[in-house]
Amino acid sequence: MARRASPEVNAGSMADIAFLLLIFFLVTTTIETDSGINRKLPPMDELIDPPIIKEKNIFTVVVNKYNQLLVEEKPMNISEIRQAAIEFLDNGGGKDAEECSYCKGNKDPASSDNPEKAIISLKNDRETSYKVYIAVQNELVAAYNELRNREFRSLYPNLGLTFVEANKRYSDPRSSSLEKKKLKPKIDILKAMYPQKLSEAEPSKTK
Amino acid sequence: MSKFKKKKNSELPAVNTASLPDIVFMLLFFFMVATVMRDNTLMVTNSLPAANQIQKLDKKDRVMYIYAGKPSSRYKDKYGTQARIQLNDKFASVSEVAAFVLAERASKRQELQNVLTTALKIDGETNMGLITDIKQELRKVNALKINYTTRVGEYSQNID
Repeated sequence: MARRASPEVNAGSMADIAFLLLIFFLVTTTIETDSGINRKLPPMDELIDPPIIKEKNIFTVVVNKYNQLLVEEKPMNISEIRQAAIEFLDNGGGKDAEECSYCKGNKDPASSDNPEKAIISLKNDRETSYKVYIAVQNELVAAYNELRNREFRSLYPNLGLTFVEANKRYSDPRSSSLEKKKLKPKIDILKAMYPQKLSEAEPSKTK
Repeated sequence: MSKFKKKKNSELPAVNTASLPDIVFMLLFFFMVATVMRDNTLMVTNSLPAANQIQKLDKKDRVMYIYAGKPSSRYKDKYGTQARIQLNDKFASVSEVAAFVLAERASKRQELQNVLTTALKIDGETNMGLITDIKQELRKVNALKINYTTRVGEYSQNID
């Protein structure tokens, strides 16, 4: 017979190929982490004696069912709301004990006293689209973040971070505990300077 | 010199690496199979709205998910086109949200029960009415930490 033994295929490089694939999968499988806007809902039990808040300390944003915005009773475009919110929060119109030393606003007496008192109230209709609602939320959070970034930069210039970056570092489970310990008081100070008082209104009781 | 020669003769045979590919393939298949991330099959359309002022939701064991949106095309005939809530693998009504949260909470470890976050994965086209109802239900069971899950993007993508 003229049958010749066929030469054996060299399988020596099989391991290399398999390793290559393995490393490829290891690197490319990013475990998808969700991200979004964090909010805290108010507790259900109503305060018997709700604190009295001055009208000028409330910044009312209403989104109606046609997805139109009404800010402080004036119609507004979504792109302008961030600036309007910053002006309101940073106004610092308070006198004496309520004076805000770090605010850079217009000190308009008809607007908010100081950032600690300023409340943004966001109201929506049942037919408002969720997309637009999130866009408005995003812009309002952006206003807070922008102010916090500004103050963080001027208070801790040698860190080279913004507030958002510092906060991200802080909540990242991979950061070392030493770094977290250092960042924590700074973040807390900033959060106290511009507390995020964003109230999502209760559904109106009238049906 | 003879010492060296002797050694040469009794040289150990090379370690057989023929099974190395098998081991590596085993690892490879393990990773390929184990990296299936989504644990709920989506029954609703779920194109999330865009936002850029977002925070990450780390620590998956502290999160429970509530999906909402219009039923996806397979379920349209049966469930209509109105936006609905999906809990686990089932469509649910608003009144079932509270029970779901309590059940989820009970299934978590004791020390995590007070730090749970509810991730609201809601389709961008949903009306706020449904979301307000969900929020009211969450407040009833004291699940106050929520997260509007979004994708990364400019807010302007939300406005047509």
